[in-house]
Amino acid sequence: MAGTSNAMGRRDAGATDMAIAEGGRRRETRDSLMRSWLHRRESRQLVGQIVIVLLLAALFWIAASNAISNLQHQNIASGFGFWDNTAGFDISQTLIPFTASSTYGRAFWVGLLNTLLVSAIGIVLATIVGFVMGIARLSSNWLIARLATVYVEVARNIPLLLQLFVWYFALIPQLPMPRQSWQLPAGAVLNNRGLSLPTPLLQPDAGIVLAALAIGIATAIAVKVWAARRWKATGERFPVLWTSLALIVGLPLLVAAVLGFPVQFQYPELRGFNYAGGIVVLPELIALLAGLVFYTGAFIAEIVRSGIQGVSAGQKEAARALGLTSNQMLRLVVIPQAMRIIIPPLTSNYLNLTKNSSLGVAIAYPDLVSVFAGTVLNQTGQAIEVISITMLVYLTLSLITSAFMNWFNSRMKLVER
Amino acid sequence: MAAGTAATRVAAPDLAPPRSEVGIVGWLSKNLFSSWTNSALTIVGLWFAWRVLSGVLDWAVFSAIWTGQDGTACRVPDAGACWPFVGAKFGQFMFGRYPDAERWRVIATYILTAATLASLMIPAVPGKKWTGLFSVIGLPIIAWILLYGGVLGLPAVPTEFWGGLMVTLVVATVGIAGSFPIGIVLALGRRSAMPIARWASIFFIEVVRAVPLITILFMSSVMLPLFLPEGVSFDKLLRALIGVMLFSGAYMAETIRGGLQAIPKGQYEAADALGLSFGQKMGLIVLPQALKLVIPGIVNSFVGLAKDTSLVLIIGIFDLLGIVQAGLTDAKWFAPNTAMTGYAFAAIIFWIICFSISRYSAWLERRLSRGERR
Repeated sequence: MAGTSNAMGRRDAGATDMAIAEGGRRRETRDSLMRSWLHRRESRQLVGQIVIVLLLAALFWIAASNAISNLQHQNIASGFGFWDNTAGFDISQTLIPFTASSTYGRAFWVGLLNTLLVSAIGIVLATIVGFVMGIARLSSNWLIARLATVYVEVARNIPLLLQLFVWYFALIPQLPMPRQSWQLPAGAVLNNRGLSLPTPLLQPDAGIVLAALAIGIATAIAVKVWAARRWKATGERFPVLWTSLALIVGLPLLVAAVLGFPVQFQYPELRGFNYAGGIVVLPELIALLAGLVFYTGAFIAEIVRSGIQGVSAGQKEAARALGLTSNQMLRLVVIPQAMRIIIPPLTSNYLNLTKNSSLGVAIAYPDLVSVFAGTVLNQTGQAIEVISITMLVYLTLSLITSAFMNWFNSRMKLVER
Repeated sequence: MAAGTAATRVAAPDLAPPRSEVGIVGWLSKNLFSSWTNSALTIVGLWFAWRVLSGVLDWAVFSAIWTGQDGTACRVPDAGACWPFVGAKFGQFMFGRYPDAERWRVIATYILTAATLASLMIPAVPGKKWTGLFSVIGLPIIAWILLYGGVLGLPAVPTEFWGGLMVTLVVATVGIAGSFPIGIVLALGRRSAMPIARWASIFFIEVVRAVPLITILFMSSVMLPLFLPEGVSFDKLLRALIGVMLFSGAYMAETIRGGLQAIPKGQYEAADALGLSFGQKMGLIVLPQALKLVIPGIVNSFVGLAKDTSLVLIIGIFDLLGIVQAGLTDAKWFAPNTAMTGYAFAAIIFWIICFSISRYSAWLERRLSRGERR
């Protein structure tokens, strides 16, 4: 490569010599002016940018004109008028009321809420699985560490889609028929039609319990602030964790007990061939959650392991030398530093889980991609609008996450001298 | 010193360490039963491992059905895996509907690719430069001629007939190879001094990384045809490949950017001071160093891509998982355990591919960082 460009340089120089010999003085100055303008970094960048803009504009123009003529030929409407049209299909899981006579716009919101629902539950469960497995991988117990390693290596080296198929098409059909359902604790029922949970029916007094919960949370925050100030001022510590637990969990429980537990449960009952009543968790949701949690949990486990290992041994030795107990060492030295390493990749894994929940389309879970980019797109044919809106939703989720990440990083950044 | 004394002092032989500290007993007490909680965990772990292992072995080996002509053989009570299903469909799982008589071409491509890659991956084999050049220019041409045909007397096999593991490997390999130049351009664009190039690159990278692969695949299968002149239509597999390349190109760009950022500023300045042009600076000084740093990252994204390849089944391309899923609808093989058997087979193949590549990447990382540590 160097050879070619050197040769070209020489040829250029020769050409210039000839030009000078042939042309007059004026030609020479204009030439050198041109050459020096071309050699300036700013001007080259200007030319480069103009070329890029022209290329992008040309690409856009060709694509747009093709799209317009194609849409006209295929008789497909454009614009967002379809938003208020009647959908005419049903959705198996709706968090807000939806019928076949609802609009496409409402179908979008149903799909988005379903995506958010499975992501929120999945994130909580995957975090628990990931932290347990990540800590287990570092266990001094040989067997536990090996079992956790096997889990991680199996779960993260098999495609998520395959795992979803296994849960949905192979494992869930093995569950018993409704008549032989598994009776789980607290009145829940599991069979191959899904999981039925008892519905809590709030009695009038329940508002007081909720108020007690709010008061408990507010007081707990106040106690935390007060304890932190006192700690800074006097060095005395206060058992914040236990106090807040007592305030947030204990206080509402106490109030509820005094009022005689103002909640009734409607239990699922076997009627005919299936269970009725209660909250029904669809098998699609169970399979999607199981797959997402099993898969993402393995990645979180690796993040947790490397975060804890990333705290240098010197920190632990210094903590021991200061005479901290091993509990204090974990709480005050290891965990705060490990969390600083863990949280950024953890957030991006939460985002991955949310994006991966779109695989629900393959097992008929009615998420955003399945309802909106699937059914709505097929019915209206307005691919450009529908796909753009879908992408915009995921883009927004991602921007929110990265905004959080930036905020967190600036808050947690080590203040170096 | 004490040469004159009659009795020389001899150290008494070391006592053997206590029984409880060495050997199997010592290992057990240190690693499995060091405390009450640890002992309890060990027992629970043993019970759990036994349950899983015996269950899996019983299903896959002892209760499994090994011979049979169709699903009736597997429809016996308490039967395990239905392996004859995999046996009967094995050719399909590997090659899709690729004609039987032409399958040697796929195998030849595998062998050629494996030999090229092996000689690139094993440090002791000489001639890396020429093998590398061959793998970039010669291999794709030969692979295309072999797989697609239509020239040199080889009958053409349209991509509709491709399927199974073959499509998985083609999509993953072409995806990663194609994403490489895209990634380099985007990474350089993102670090460019030209604002428009920078913003265009950032926009592309961030949008693609923010959305799920499915939406990109939907886009390339539903939206792309709308943007083309009427009458021009792309091959379905090619459309999926474009989607996969753009998708992994954005991730590749971020990997390569990491490498570019790790190159000390002095290298850029030294290249400028020598009067090298932008192309020379990047091609001769920066990229060779940066790309070497990101090889493990690239290998890791290959693992990710090999797994993500299975998503193409959603837009109707039969990769390994897609063809297994399609095979399950065959009424001839209807049996309670057929689905699990098919998935288990696909899972084992995916697992072997992904696990071995990630091991290779970890080994490479250690090997490359050894030079840095010194």
